[in-house]
Amino acid sequence: MKIGLFLGCTVPVRAMNYEQAFRRLATELEIEIVDVPDFFCCGFPAKSINEETALLMALTNLAIAEKNGILDLITLCNACTENLTEAHYRWQSKAEIREKLQPLLSHLGHAYSGSVRVRHGARFLFEEFQDALAQKIKRDLKALKLYPYTGCHYTRPSEIYSGFDSPEAPNTLVELLKLTGAQVVSDTNSCCGGAVLGFKEETSLKMAGTTLKKVKGLGADAMVLICPFCDIMFEQNQKKVEKLLGETYELPVIYLPQVLGLALGIPREELGFNLNRIKMDGFWSKLEGS
Amino acid sequence: MEKTLTEKELDLKFKYRIMQEEGGERIVRCFSCNTCTLSCPVRLVDEEFNPRRIIRLALLGAKEEVLHSPFIWLCSACYLCSERCPQDVKITDLMTALRNIAVKEGIMPPSLQAQLDLLQQHGRLYEIGEFENKKRARQSLPSLEEKRELSAQAIELFKANLKVER
Repeated sequence: MKIGLFLGCTVPVRAMNYEQAFRRLATELEIEIVDVPDFFCCGFPAKSINEETALLMALTNLAIAEKNGILDLITLCNACTENLTEAHYRWQSKAEIREKLQPLLSHLGHAYSGSVRVRHGARFLFEEFQDALAQKIKRDLKALKLYPYTGCHYTRPSEIYSGFDSPEAPNTLVELLKLTGAQVVSDTNSCCGGAVLGFKEETSLKMAGTTLKKVKGLGADAMVLICPFCDIMFEQNQKKVEKLLGETYELPVIYLPQVLGLALGIPREELGFNLNRIKMDGFWSKLEGS
Repeated sequence: MEKTLTEKELDLKFKYRIMQEEGGERIVRCFSCNTCTLSCPVRLVDEEFNPRRIIRLALLGAKEEVLHSPFIWLCSACYLCSERCPQDVKITDLMTALRNIAVKEGIMPPSLQAQLDLLQQHGRLYEIGEFENKKRARQSLPSLEEKRELSAQAIELFKANLKVER
């Protein structure tokens, strides 16, 4: 199966472990990845400034994908998923959006006919590779207790995602993690606070703290993420949250393809774990001990 | 924090301005049930943020109060209130509309300006140069080039539009 991989801004620079694990997993599942050098930011960051600019940036990227013969465009970031999906949805369903944006798109030298299907990598694995994954599992992760954190834009706003999973309690990660034999502790996620970080840091850290505290209390060995922005809050800012709230979590934060990769027997050196920032000694000793 | 607004300070046409903005169309449907505020993960840790109050102020016409207040930038865009709103106000889109109006009125928080500059200079929020590509090579990842041109052009279009509106 051939897919286009849309990396966006954050993944290729601040979540190389995520990208590496996804690519390695794709090789294992015989997914052919097409890299398109012309992709740029999905447009999501421009939303607060000007909605139309955000849509235009997304549509330009979709047009570039189309030009490169890509029918399945896979994203690794929830924000990219949301903005690209929304742009496609509105382009297809609202004539006035097409009328307004068509001239701008052609001003940028592009045209979009609407043939690209955007899906988050987790959804793609869930919808296309559940059986293949189940068959390829080589290692039972039953010693590990994992907390899946899906993030907001994976299923919200539900209107643009045609309800493929529950908007408030999505099941994708739970189901995929169950394949590995791991103990899955899950509940309803509360927003990581990522979008508030640039405006009021203390508020965003408190939001991340709400979740970190809860997950620690559930006794999870790691949080499992599918969005690099959630990672910025839960992993890269974990020390700051600890300091602000006077608590200690030392909670490993890992990406879904890293866990799936381990279950498929891929050596951990090939899954980018050298870039995970929270010490994982406890995680490894549990896994090796099993 | 408590303040009485007098009629003189109100712009009674403000709600119509909001309804013209993409995402702001449904503001008048709000009947103040407070589902949004009770659902809000930002509100949970920061009392300053109260989506119901923002909507009330906007409907009353407290334009300056709304556009100049830091609270319109605190929405985390998680869409939880939008999912739960019984009147389908699409509150997250409404918050985006309020921000877009603020920007058109010349209000731009420094962190947004910084993002805009990055998108114009690098085509992404992060620079990708020799250093990043060396690191990528160490993780067996293909090297990437910056593609700034289309991003910069899209932002130029937006800036040109701004001048027309003013």
